[in-house]
Amino acid sequence: MSNCKLSSSVLNALSLLIFLCLWQLLAVWVNSVTLPPPIAVAKVFWQAILSGELPYHLGVTLLRLTISFIIAMLLGCAIGILLGRNKALDGLFDQWLIIFLNVPALVSMILCYVWFGLTESAAILAVVINKIPNVVVTVREGTRALNQDLSEMARCYRFSKRKTLQHVIWPQLHPYIMAATRSGLALIWKIILVVELLGRSNGMGYQLNLFFQLFDVASILAYTFAFITVVQLIEWLVLKPLDKKQQRWRR
Amino acid sequence: MTHINIHIKSKRYPAIGQAQPHLAIENLQLSVQPSEFICLVGPSGCGKTTLFNIIAGLDQDFEGDISLATGQQRHPKIGYVFQNPRLLPWRTVRENIELALSGPQSNDSIASLIAAMQLTDMQHVYPERLSLGMSRRVAIIRAFAVNPDLLLMDEPFVSIDAPTARQVRTLLLQLWQQRPHSVLFVTHDLREAIALADRLVFLSPPPMSVITEISVPITRQDRNDDAALEAFRQQLLHDYPKIRTLV
Repeated sequence: MSNCKLSSSVLNALSLLIFLCLWQLLAVWVNSVTLPPPIAVAKVFWQAILSGELPYHLGVTLLRLTISFIIAMLLGCAIGILLGRNKALDGLFDQWLIIFLNVPALVSMILCYVWFGLTESAAILAVVINKIPNVVVTVREGTRALNQDLSEMARCYRFSKRKTLQHVIWPQLHPYIMAATRSGLALIWKIILVVELLGRSNGMGYQLNLFFQLFDVASILAYTFAFITVVQLIEWLVLKPLDKKQQRWRR
Repeated sequence: MTHINIHIKSKRYPAIGQAQPHLAIENLQLSVQPSEFICLVGPSGCGKTTLFNIIAGLDQDFEGDISLATGQQRHPKIGYVFQNPRLLPWRTVRENIELALSGPQSNDSIASLIAAMQLTDMQHVYPERLSLGMSRRVAIIRAFAVNPDLLLMDEPFVSIDAPTARQVRTLLLQLWQQRPHSVLFVTHDLREAIALADRLVFLSPPPMSVITEISVPITRQDRNDDAALEAFRQQLLHDYPKIRTLV
């Protein structure tokens, strides 16, 4: 077991090292400001952290991400469960769902900014509108797949509503909600940067646009690195442990 | 004390896809006296599970009337041993049993039930690790543990090995005698039915109705005497030739 773990971390380190070497070679070979070597990016990264600029903009983006993610997940789960359980409602709103799923993200952003002004709430609304249909579709599927036998058992033994939700429904929905969480975080990351680029004066998206205009590739890569690190941390510290706890009963 | 009156005028299943609409139960009348043990005997697919689901209140789409009177101001508690165990895979054996209880119940009584079913070593494992026979026993404990006014058992001993089934049967009778409650028990095995029941109810193929009801006159003490049970069985098959096709 520990051998296996050791070799996997060695492999991870090795793969990272190979990546950095390739990058370095390519940078030397191209020899252009558009592809700085890893060490230059690391320097820029460190300076951006020391100056407080990177933490500030990353923090702003993370805050927007958290708020819009929570709103989208709560609303999306509620609507998804409702549509999964109620055939009439599902029939009524199925078309809406397909329309909202396919509205280009850029269109909803522009419309939000036009209708509600270049404000914080318009930015968050734009992200939420893009995210909700995805959550609804996934959670609706999960609700349709709920095991009727277990629901009958719960009714027969007079489980309270809370008990049914906690012990019968939630464990069955969990994989679907985790899928919605993962795909949702990935989606929101991508959308939120464009939202910031279009209509905010801070955040990662705003900064990246600035660096683009200055052709400052080292800063773009440094910010990207910060960004990837945060995503990995969320995966390792939040999602993986949650998964492990919920799935412990599986063989 | 639960007095149960069942009168189902009809229970139909609507047509789905290629399947024709199906009349499952027609004009079925049955009354269960307080703390009576009834075995329902009928061919497979005749609608016994449908009947149980109606009695348990899980299926309300039927014409007729079910009355479950406890004599107290509360819903009768029902313990239902389904044909498949229906355990929550994400809760341990012990948790599955405790979740079914509405109020606090002494740990001892659950522990003694688990011990009687020989599952003490398995009480903290998840159901996926159990064999089907073990899962069935857990489902039986869950039904016993709620101290039901009415116990519904839908072929509970299928896939439980013979010695264990015998033990569970004895335990069932013990519990029933300690704390009288009505029991409806579905089985295909006439010997098992005679060993357990106060009254045998024979059911027809669909549309299901009661063909005949026969009281078992053997005293509880004499139920251990296999020869007496066998003699009664032979007598039954001789006196009621039409039940031969049902068992």
